Amino acid sequence: MNEIIVIVGGGIAGMEAASQLIKLGYSPIIIEKSDRLGGHVAKWNRLFPDMTPAKDVVDSLIASCKDANIFLNTEIYSVNRLKDRYNIMLSNGVSISARHILMTTGFKLFEASKKEEYGYGIYNQVVTNADLEHWFNGNADSRMDGSQMGAVGFVHCVGSRDEKARNSQCSKVCCITAIKQAIEMKEKFPDAEIYCFYMDLRLFGKKFEDFYTKAQRDHGIHFIRGRVSEVGENIEGKVIVKAEDTLLGKPIKVTLDLLVLMSGMVCNSENAKVASMLALPNDSDGFFMSTDNIMNINSSPKKGIHYAGACTGPKTVPETLAEARAAALEIHTSIKEQQ
Amino acid sequence: MIYQGKQKIWSDYQKEIPDDHWYYVRSCIRQNFFPASEKMFMEICRNVLGKDIHENEHHTTCGGIAYHCDTIPQETVMTIVARQFALMTEAGYENYVASCITSFGNYTEILETWHEFPELETKIRELLWKACRKEFKKPKYLAHSSDLIYKFRNEIAEKAKFRLVDKETGEPLRVVEHIGCHYAKMFPSKGIGGAEYPYVLAGMIESWGGNVIDYPERRHCCGYGFRQYHVKANRGYSISNTHKKFESMEPYKPDMIITNCPGCPYFLDRWQYVIAEMEGKTYGQNGFGIPVLTYEELAGLVLGYDPWDLGLQLHQVAVEPLLDKIGIEYNPEDKYKGVDKKDLMRPELPSGIKCF
Repeated sequence: MNEIIVIVGGGIAGMEAASQLIKLGYSPIIIEKSDRLGGHVAKWNRLFPDMTPAKDVVDSLIASCKDANIFLNTEIYSVNRLKDRYNIMLSNGVSISARHILMTTGFKLFEASKKEEYGYGIYNQVVTNADLEHWFNGNADSRMDGSQMGAVGFVHCVGSRDEKARNSQCSKVCCITAIKQAIEMKEKFPDAEIYCFYMDLRLFGKKFEDFYTKAQRDHGIHFIRGRVSEVGENIEGKVIVKAEDTLLGKPIKVTLDLLVLMSGMVCNSENAKVASMLALPNDSDGFFMSTDNIMNINSSPKKGIHYAGACTGPKTVPETLAEARAAALEIHTSIKEQQ
Repeated sequence: MIYQGKQKIWSDYQKEIPDDHWYYVRSCIRQNFFPASEKMFMEICRNVLGKDIHENEHHTTCGGIAYHCDTIPQETVMTIVARQFALMTEAGYENYVASCITSFGNYTEILETWHEFPELETKIRELLWKACRKEFKKPKYLAHSSDLIYKFRNEIAEKAKFRLVDKETGEPLRVVEHIGCHYAKMFPSKGIGGAEYPYVLAGMIESWGGNVIDYPERRHCCGYGFRQYHVKANRGYSISNTHKKFESMEPYKPDMIITNCPGCPYFLDRWQYVIAEMEGKTYGQNGFGIPVLTYEELAGLVLGYDPWDLGLQLHQVAVEPLLDKIGIEYNPEDKYKGVDKKDLMRPELPSGIKCF
């Protein structure tokens, strides 16, 4: 019988790792707490910078891990360590014994209503990046349906790089996501004025800078360097945004039909339960702490426990997939060394 | 606007306010601007609600205006405040309630600073002892007087003779609430409802029958801003801020404004006259301004006190259209009569804004 590898989390990292482990001759078991695979990416519409349909990526990963044993709607009930093995009891009553556990528990989106000044949950025309993707996927949303958008704003760094929100880390993907969504809104509403309010633009990835140039040159999107101070609503139900344009050195006020808050990636608080069972340490940003952030990002301080994807910090889709492959290889190497 | 969203935030920002036994400290300036407000607060607490509330004639300014104008060091303000706490301690009270928003902010900031830097509290205790041989206990509870009226808003509503309702149409009055900056903007957790969507005045308006207006410049400064006004050359800033607020609230046709700060009602009230003179524009109906009331004045009105005993004749903007709308009876002949019908003399009436 092939060696069992337990993968906690059925997002793209878990599926890619399972796919690689199957190819290496192992029997991965994916434990997913929700009723479907794909995690956050499955809720997204298109992916930067090539506008790849997220569904294609997720469907491809589901197909490649179809031989894995998958438990949906399942959580870890308890974990006990016995010599070099972990005995894992699942919420569905199944018990598993494995030498290796791969944590691919991912992240959470920052709860935008915590930034009270931005009015999410208070003003009708304030949405999040996730809400917008949900709508791009064809789901009805009264805040966008049938509206003629004359002006749309995007606020970068919502809950990221923000000491008051207790998240000092950069969420990494929000700048490029805002640019992607701004272009998509411009394509849907060609006459709309689109504003991006940013602190810095962190466009580090392949073709990201080209994408940003395209947004300005081809789509006329306005990039305003300055943080939004407050959001209100006028008598017509439009959003009033006050911000500072730090390049002009002036306060500005714009009236918008829609304001999109770029909620950042933050540590998944639901990881705490399983982390305490396995005595896994958290880093200062709340994400899992790797043995080493350069040479061993996939390794935990606990023997047989591995990480992949955004459970150790914000990551792009390609970075997550690369880490999943690296984790699969690390597990394989470890097993070979044990033999 | 999603009302449930605000309710969620309001539920997150509640604070413990003891029922009784309060040591009250007045504002330096409120009695000059709105002379019956603090008297009405005491009247409501003692005679309407039957509470024990104590004040001391030796209480002085808290130093807040000088502090926020950057003219005295923080240690000096702290020592002044330490003396106020000593007076409270000597009187045997531990619940401290301030009439002034800036004082409330000042006390909150100082208590938080002492919490973070205990060595500073020790230094201030030494300075107070050297200055006047006094010692103090820190208040167990600190509140603004609007917190107390908020706490008892439903009891006041039960005893009220009037509701904030248009007597002709039966529609709720449209009320702008303006919160003083130093109430919760520095320490959101210390204010009822927090800093972004404060509930302290909105709760009173709802309880007394009115509707709250949420307009785009709701959070904006009233125009006082300390140095915006106290430095004479900056007064253009002051009135331009006030003007911005009125332009923003105008489409909602407010019936009145209520505030919980010493400066805000003064500037929102008086600058309406100046805007009328400068621009020829008024924001109320039929050439009147929008009446601006303190929450104590409004509580007094709904409880049925005589508008002229509440000092409403000292407002720049005429309150009569509001009284007529609610159905509050008053004698126009008594408007400029003070205590014991003493003649206060009639002021010269402005031409740009309609007054009586």
